[in-house]
Amino acid sequence: MPRIGVFVCQCGNNIAATVDTKKVAEEMLKLPGVVYTCDYKFMCSSPGQEMLKQTIKDNKLDSIIVAACSPHMHEKTFRKAGEAAGLNPYRVEITNIREQCSWVHHDKTRAVGTVKSTDLTRMTLERLKRNQPLNKIKIPIKKRALVIGGGIAGIQAALDIAEGGIEVVLVEREPSIGGNMARLSETFPTMDCSQCILTPKMVEAELNENIKLYTYSEVEKVDGYIGNFTVQIRKKARYVDEDRCTGCGECIEKCPFNAESKFELGLAKRKIIYTPFPQSVPNIPVIDAPNCPKIQKDKCGACAVVCGPKCIDFKQEDKIVTEEFGAIIVATGYDLMPNERFGEYGYGRIKDVINGMQFERLASSSGPTGGEIRRPSDGKVPQSIVFIQCVGSRDEQKGVSYCSKVCCMYTAKHTMLYNHKVHGGKSYVFYMDIRCAGKRYEEFVRRAIEHDGAMYLRGRVSRVYEKDGRIIVQGADTLSNSQVEIEADMVVMATALVSRPGADSLAQKLGIGYDKYKFYNEYHPKLRPVETVTAGIFLAGTCMGPMDIPDSVAQGSATASKVLALFSANEMTREPITALVNKVTCNACWDCVTACPYSAIERDAVKNRQGEVVRLLAKVNEGVCQGCGVCVAACRSKSIDLKGYTDEQVFAALAAF
Amino acid sequence: MKIPYYPGCTLNTVSKGFDLSARASARSVGFEMEELAQWNCCGATFPLSPDNLIALSAPAKVLANARKGGEELTTLCSVCYNVLKRTNAVMKGDKEKRSVINGFINEEYDGSLSIIHYLEILRDKVGFDKVKAAVKKPLTGLKTGAYYGCMLLRPFEDRGIDDSERPVIFEDMLKAVGAEPVEFPNKIECCGAHLAMSNTGLVTKLSGNVMTSAADNGAEIIVTSCPLCQYNLEQSQTALASATGDYKPMPIIYFTQLLGLALGQPVETLGFEKNVWDAMPLLKKKGLA
Repeated sequence: MPRIGVFVCQCGNNIAATVDTKKVAEEMLKLPGVVYTCDYKFMCSSPGQEMLKQTIKDNKLDSIIVAACSPHMHEKTFRKAGEAAGLNPYRVEITNIREQCSWVHHDKTRAVGTVKSTDLTRMTLERLKRNQPLNKIKIPIKKRALVIGGGIAGIQAALDIAEGGIEVVLVEREPSIGGNMARLSETFPTMDCSQCILTPKMVEAELNENIKLYTYSEVEKVDGYIGNFTVQIRKKARYVDEDRCTGCGECIEKCPFNAESKFELGLAKRKIIYTPFPQSVPNIPVIDAPNCPKIQKDKCGACAVVCGPKCIDFKQEDKIVTEEFGAIIVATGYDLMPNERFGEYGYGRIKDVINGMQFERLASSSGPTGGEIRRPSDGKVPQSIVFIQCVGSRDEQKGVSYCSKVCCMYTAKHTMLYNHKVHGGKSYVFYMDIRCAGKRYEEFVRRAIEHDGAMYLRGRVSRVYEKDGRIIVQGADTLSNSQVEIEADMVVMATALVSRPGADSLAQKLGIGYDKYKFYNEYHPKLRPVETVTAGIFLAGTCMGPMDIPDSVAQGSATASKVLALFSANEMTREPITALVNKVTCNACWDCVTACPYSAIERDAVKNRQGEVVRLLAKVNEGVCQGCGVCVAACRSKSIDLKGYTDEQVFAALAAF
Repeated sequence: MKIPYYPGCTLNTVSKGFDLSARASARSVGFEMEELAQWNCCGATFPLSPDNLIALSAPAKVLANARKGGEELTTLCSVCYNVLKRTNAVMKGDKEKRSVINGFINEEYDGSLSIIHYLEILRDKVGFDKVKAAVKKPLTGLKTGAYYGCMLLRPFEDRGIDDSERPVIFEDMLKAVGAEPVEFPNKIECCGAHLAMSNTGLVTKLSGNVMTSAADNGAEIIVTSCPLCQYNLEQSQTALASATGDYKPMPIIYFTQLLGLALGQPVETLGFEKNVWDAMPLLKKKGLA
């Protein structure tokens, strides 16, 4: 016979005002299995907990119920107290008679509340009787971290983790780390040069002994769970031996062919063997294979001839490396919405209609014009520029519904840069709203307007076309309620920030969620902003949605602190409330595999002594399972139970009502 | 290939040339336009207030009748095309409105008709290469401005007949018949439309902008698929010509009239005589008539 104790909390008057706690305790004592009951003013107080411990010992209780507030409040407290008194913590159950009873009933006679509290507690009792002692799950941790994406968020995360003495692998798709920030000229609101603040971090990442860089590489496959991920990484063929290359650049100099530079966004050409930009990290070139005559037609080969250390290898192939990690940080960044979508702004037809990132390159001292603002068509210095904001942003019909957040600020910055570089140049900005909520952001925009002469026009642009060599921008100025037509030399569109192409397939590999725009979902937008629903995988930066550099860096550091906290113990403990498959009745229909939002269920093979597979079974990975119970509901053969909430327990509780 | 055809009121009266040239051209490139046995006015405006269902009953009736005879319906007039297409979207997508409208017009129409413009037939069903092959008199050297107006390219969601901001279907057709399409910025700007009734001044201004923009870019003739645009553009030129001495009015014709000409139909069957600004002198000068 079990020896169960029931403790009914008065919670001052919170419960006692509408529930006769004494009566509840008396009622409970009448039930079989219950050997001790009492009510008490504040169970969660120190004396309350002491009383609880003492009573358990004195009465040799083997399990207890605390009828009090929501288990979200004090389940941990009472389980700890029970454990201190020698109970298995999972033999301590909570009945919520406050939030779900006393607070919602106003019957001062206490009749309703008392009956309901008794019912609820009786239900818990039946559940508790069928309880099994559970033990915390312990999982070993592989103390290495993977950072996917070498933009500023990823670099910051890698540096912070490495600082904590943990080994990090930083995987970057492009030949160099740096991401989009490497393209920027100056950064708002301080106007410091983007490369000047970024490149030291890039070099630091390269030199740090704890950081291993895999550039020109992509994540191919992810297996495992928190603490124990196995990841395959594809190292794309560079055609250059990374170990021997000294980065002298002779090959680049001698390469006789050119192709469009992806880094310069079509504004300049680069060689076929190239580094994306002068400060590339690592400073090891790659060969653009589809455009290389040697690789395609076995002609040329000039780079191999001039290479001193003989590190050019035209036969190199992609290589898959497998690495193990305890945690993964995803920081894959953003792209700009393709400009071609906006026919009304003339992109593609009018050469001098460019996007904001292209303007960054024009303004950057390492850009194709050496930092002089010259228009792409004829290289002339534009005397007036029209900036169009919200191109695609906040435009559900033709673009995306969200605000891209950084455009108001960078457009203001562009007008300043333009004014500083081209004195007398006139800039016009068409905007919907000026959204610049950030430290020193509003002041920044005011400066653009008041000191740098940017003309802000509130309204949308309807059409952009060419007339006699100039660009005519037609738009509305809603503040003066008039139509305006501006003759400009160049148009800069602040196109919407969108997720990276392939963001969805990476999310599927990782088992993390994403929204309709393929931005990754955080676990909780406010309280768990850098975690995902998949334990051990964290998010930083613009792969989650538009944000600026300070936010991206902050998130990079936040993920690093999460990883370091995770790695601070040798083992990880997890709640044992997980799903359990009945191996006898499971018929391997895999409905649970489909249903599981955490990819926690594996297909397990049962083998005989000869090692032949006899049958297949669903197997729950306790390291990943979050105990949500979706698989339990999905299982057609009723072969899955949730520990602590088995069907038997739940039905018994319902039957007790 | 027979395609059910809804002419609409204007094409039955003042724009008879549009109708006749379209039917004859269709035969030349291998399809037959079969006029609906029974049809009524489409209402000529798609109601902008969402609960104005009575205004949808007329076009819904047209669609319901058409559906009894086939799965497709073609039309020429931009306004009819726009009204029918948008009404069809309501009938297809909005269950509640559908049942109210059906109850009122005593039909059981479900929006399953596909509304295609004549230009779409040429592009998608016939193919511009086939049109090109059927040309008997290429319109070489005829600098033509294709004026889309707004109705043909809307609604956005349903992708009208082409990219609503950068359409090329008209130009592609003009190239197929050997003409030289002229690109001009105002080709998709509004002509003023129904305001011709209430605010003539504004229409004169808007249509005038279209015409000057076309003229500045070297157009000698304008083609359109909308009787209302045709009317407004023609009218605006009177004002333009009197206001500025050097403006020379140009003919505003329907695209099927040019198509018919290229496909070898006798020029007197194409209805050019109805135009305010006569196309004949230009066509004669170019050796096309």
